[in-house]
Amino acid sequence: MDAVPNWFRGLYETTGYNFTVFYDPYDWDRYVNGLKTTLLLAVTTILASIVIGAVGALLQGGPSRFLRGLVNGFVVVFCNTPPLVQIFFFYFGLGTLLPATQTADGLRVPLLDNVQWAIVALALFAGAFNVEIFRSGIEAVPRTTVEAAESLGYTRLKAYLYVVLPLALRVCLPALNNNLINLLKTTTLAYAIAVPETLYAVKQIWSESQNVLEMMIVLLATYAVLVGVLVWLMHRWERALRIPGYSR
Amino acid sequence: MTPLPSTAGDLPVLLPFRVSRTRARFTLGPVRAWLLGAWLAGLVLVMPALAQGPDAVLSPLQVILRWAPLLLTGFAFNVAISLVAMLLGTGAGVGLGLALVSEGPILRRVAWGLTQFFRNVPWLVLLFFVMFLVPFQVTVFGLRVPLPDWIKATVGFALPVMANVAEIVRGAVRSVPATQWEAAESLAFTRRQTLFRIILPQCLKRMLPPWMNVYALIAMATVQASIVGVTEMLTLTAQVHAAEGGRPELFAPLYGFALLCFFLYCYPIDRLTARLERRFETA
Repeated sequence: MDAVPNWFRGLYETTGYNFTVFYDPYDWDRYVNGLKTTLLLAVTTILASIVIGAVGALLQGGPSRFLRGLVNGFVVVFCNTPPLVQIFFFYFGLGTLLPATQTADGLRVPLLDNVQWAIVALALFAGAFNVEIFRSGIEAVPRTTVEAAESLGYTRLKAYLYVVLPLALRVCLPALNNNLINLLKTTTLAYAIAVPETLYAVKQIWSESQNVLEMMIVLLATYAVLVGVLVWLMHRWERALRIPGYSR
Repeated sequence: MTPLPSTAGDLPVLLPFRVSRTRARFTLGPVRAWLLGAWLAGLVLVMPALAQGPDAVLSPLQVILRWAPLLLTGFAFNVAISLVAMLLGTGAGVGLGLALVSEGPILRRVAWGLTQFFRNVPWLVLLFFVMFLVPFQVTVFGLRVPLPDWIKATVGFALPVMANVAEIVRGAVRSVPATQWEAAESLAFTRRQTLFRIILPQCLKRMLPPWMNVYALIAMATVQASIVGVTEMLTLTAQVHAAEGGRPELFAPLYGFALLCFFLYCYPIDRLTARLERRFETA
């Protein structure tokens, strides 16, 4: 069980490469907690952004001019402004405007903490791109298919849920794939509002243990693995959803 | 060598290859976009002012008007960083992209590895990488050249640009029909001549929209430099907020102003990209 820590301790003594995370339990704990926070951010924002994308695309194709305009405005604003400024705007700007409670010691307890604000901001940012992606997928569904569903008595919502969205999803999966990978990489921005995710934890470790290069390598390897796992999952999903004969 | 003008009687093979658009857009004209921007500005500036009451020191709008020159200087700095990063990244990216389509298997493998690496690492991590692992000065032939942090940040942004541009070049070269290569070969062009005088001129048009997309992304990413200590718009915004007494109700208007600046800069680029994509699609 001690083989790994001992090996890395030995590596430090012989070569000077100080991978503290692998033999110092304190650093290891921080690293694992950071990884957990990154996973929490990634999973929740991915799910939320897919829901935002699907709902937004539904509203965008809907009959209400007001809702269409609202969704269009949302997409345009969130796609064309920096995600970091969005996070700051939400966390500092809106976070201070919302009502807050106080603890017995008089400390201000905001309605949403920094992790929750990061989730909200990142989900909206990626959701705006997902609306566009889903919309392009929906446009690829033949008009006749929708008409066929209507003639079978589907309501607009039911036709969207059971006919249009499943087909559109298959068309737009590659683009969705790209955007979700981008979202996973964007979770590092939560660092700026002190969310203790991987980058934050690793930065703490390297400032205390003076091993910037080693921790950089660990950090890069971590994100390489995370992106790799997401790509693998998305490809599996793509394969599982494939309908024989229905693909370009 | 210019591409042949296409006529109505062309065989399908001779028609330009069509790259399908992945991101469909809706129409929101420039006028309405600016109106939307103005409306947002009003929302951001006026709402907190209304919530604030009459005995305020300085209304958010006044604060922004007072500090706008400084904040806009910061914004200009962001734009400058993005332009330099784009220039460096494009230069390196075209080279890397050509390596990606080269004949040599080793060169191609190495270029592929580099591209994948720089595309898949989070930009902020890459920025940290450059900021911490590049020395603050280098000695060239006994001459000490200082490297200020903004130059390092620019290089940090140029690296992902390089990888993305390389992918764009590769995609554009691959999208030219193989018959073009064969035709050039049969006309006794060398590989180099084929690439530079036949293939790449056709690619330029195709590469422009995605290239502009990358530019918009990098322009928006430059604010990340504030995290690693470069004084740009977001840093200045925080300083302005502190200078105005750190009133919490000023956060939303100040960051809203930053959002607005980037929106008014990036949205026209986005529209232009969409328009070019549409035009090239039907051409």
